[in-house]
Amino acid sequence: MKKLMIGNEAVAEGLYEGGIGFISSYPGTPSTEITEFLAKRDDLHSEWAPNEKVAMEAAFGASLAGVRSACAMKHVGLNVSADPLFTMSYTGISAGLVVCVADDPAMHSSQNEQDSRHYAIAAKLPMLEPSDSQEALEFSKAAFELSEKYDTPVLLRMCTRVSHSQSIVETSERVVPERKTYVKNSPKYVMMPGYAKKKHPLVEARTAKLAELAEDCPFNRIEWGGLETGIITSGTSYQYVKEVFGDSVSVLKIGMPNPLPSRLIKEFAAHVKTLYVIEELDPVIEDHCRKLGLSPIGKEKFSPIGEFSQKTIAQAFGLPAKPSVSADSAAPARPPVMCSGCPHRGMFYVLAKNKITVLGDIGCYTLGAQAPLDSVDYTLCMGASVSGIHGFVTASEKDAAGKTVAIIGDSTFMHSGVTGLINIAYNGSNSTVIILDNSITGMTGHQQNPTTGYNIKGDPAGKVDLEALCRSIGIRRVRVADPYDLKQCEDILKEELAAEEPSVIISRRPCVLLKYVKTRPPLVVDTDKCRACKKCMKLGCPSISMKDGKAHIDKTLCVGCEVCGQLCPFEAIGKEETK
Amino acid sequence: MNTTSIMIVGVGGQGSLLASKLLGALLVDEGYDVKVSEVHGMSQRGGSVVTYVRFGDKVCSPLIEEGEADFILSFEKLEAARWASCLKKGGTIIVNTQEIDPMPVITGAAEYPSGILEELKNKGVNIDAVDALSIAEQAGSAKAVNIVLLARFAKRFTIPVESWETAIANTVAPKFIDMNRKAFELGYNA
Repeated sequence: MKKLMIGNEAVAEGLYEGGIGFISSYPGTPSTEITEFLAKRDDLHSEWAPNEKVAMEAAFGASLAGVRSACAMKHVGLNVSADPLFTMSYTGISAGLVVCVADDPAMHSSQNEQDSRHYAIAAKLPMLEPSDSQEALEFSKAAFELSEKYDTPVLLRMCTRVSHSQSIVETSERVVPERKTYVKNSPKYVMMPGYAKKKHPLVEARTAKLAELAEDCPFNRIEWGGLETGIITSGTSYQYVKEVFGDSVSVLKIGMPNPLPSRLIKEFAAHVKTLYVIEELDPVIEDHCRKLGLSPIGKEKFSPIGEFSQKTIAQAFGLPAKPSVSADSAAPARPPVMCSGCPHRGMFYVLAKNKITVLGDIGCYTLGAQAPLDSVDYTLCMGASVSGIHGFVTASEKDAAGKTVAIIGDSTFMHSGVTGLINIAYNGSNSTVIILDNSITGMTGHQQNPTTGYNIKGDPAGKVDLEALCRSIGIRRVRVADPYDLKQCEDILKEELAAEEPSVIISRRPCVLLKYVKTRPPLVVDTDKCRACKKCMKLGCPSISMKDGKAHIDKTLCVGCEVCGQLCPFEAIGKEETK
Repeated sequence: MNTTSIMIVGVGGQGSLLASKLLGALLVDEGYDVKVSEVHGMSQRGGSVVTYVRFGDKVCSPLIEEGEADFILSFEKLEAARWASCLKKGGTIIVNTQEIDPMPVITGAAEYPSGILEELKNKGVNIDAVDALSIAEQAGSAKAVNIVLLARFAKRFTIPVESWETAIANTVAPKFIDMNRKAFELGYNA
């Protein structure tokens, strides 16, 4: 059947057709939909794990139990799960195991643009890289075969444009292989030095075999065209090359970026006059070409920064720009903002008002760094707020503890904030940690997590009691605040900052976009009372603007959270009927 | 046939993803090769959103760059200006005249530009300006802005109205089919 699918749905379809029985993942743009699409199926186990390391190890366990399994994550998630990844390369697998990783060139929704291909090289694992949805389906399916034939986990590298572009795929029937019987095999699976030493040579031999396979496999192919120009390319860049040149140049399309096919590359290079390597991010293929003694034109023309397009490539080849018009007046930027009624806003307002140093984390609340709230001092990676504040407060001058907080969401706290909190309690720093508990994983589009009480299917599940968890760690001061109540937030914040011991403030209110959240009627401004002091504007609420010299509330956006009303010194903001 | 490129631009939350879903499915049914590209994640939080739809005999790149779009469907006026440079010479912008202030305008750091559409018209851009919000409200829901804009596009294209109606029925929730069909009809005839 022919269907339009985003790359991530096609990966899910490929894994499904390939007989997957188990997937465990942590959400992360642009990888999230792989797991969400598989969760719609009832003939396999799907789950959100607390983090990518847990997910990968769970998938490894499922493989050991004899079931084809997978995990999916964004590029930075692979950092979190790098530990099992490197040693799984030594143990190998039982049933096929596919690790899907989605890079984000141009950082549409990420904090860096690292290139996951380095992990394949470093961990000595085969990696496949599709360039559209049809390949995403085929490669995902083939990855299981490859995994079992070569006794290795297989990395499937996606990128934002392949993950989130729809193209036509041809689907087929699901075939589930027979479950493999679990057989105890300590030399294979117990990686203590004696056994691991025997495994390393096998890993090297496997890489050599895979390199042979790469020379003659359907993932890598030459499309001969004109011989003046030869382009080695992969992934989404292949599509841009074809868009610009059609069949007028020769192309070596790499679908297996590790290990690379040395003989095929040399053969291709020998036939073309000028050799180019066009790859997004780092010069991985280019460096390999140089090792082979070739001198391709690569990163000097095609930047390691950001993503490509047909325009990038046409420009690099000196092709004329397409005629276009543009408006003279520059359009003001439209950055993403915290939604109207977002429960994070109230807490950020209180932090900004009190000029608190805020060590931030990864989630919607990273948006608290923007004007006018402007109240996040750093954002590094998942969990770094809680771990970082301990070092910051411990190493700072004495009064820092009274002016500094870590701020982290419920899902991110489960991911890797809790270990930082253990460190705070264990090593005794006077840190104040605010958990923004909005009862969902927000930024990635509303996924359940261990604090929500529901699993990936929306069925009731185990629920972490955050207060009890923090107390059991050894935090004696655990407070709960309602971020719609500014006075309460400020009082609690001041008390906990003044306390001479670590504390946790749970700022609790569900994400306003959750379907079960009942919003209230929009508020209105009494223009007679409004004196244009602009206090309400300090919230950075998209519903509030200045119109004709007075504050104005957009009734199509306002959800009646009433936080702005608490700021108005002239009681000019209220419900419609009272005005 | 050569590739036709359509950009759907707007503000996060306005329903442009549904428009691209509907259009993509329709074009596949009509037998074209189709690619649709969008970016999820942070752009959904009230930011500027853009979706690319390309179709023809064989489509390679999922992206649309400067001077390449045959049509821009803009859900908001300022967004039409932001993306106008992607329009091909002789291309058409179908624009909802609604204005939504971005944060820099709200905070007073920037002004919402005036005379956007006149300026583009003076530069030879075909502009189809329509108050899609009012039409959608007339049909029964402000959320049908996407269907109104698609109807304006449908007028300029050869796919029969019945195929559009089928695509609407296949894309939107059953209880909203009638309302969306009405929005399509009102938009088409506006």
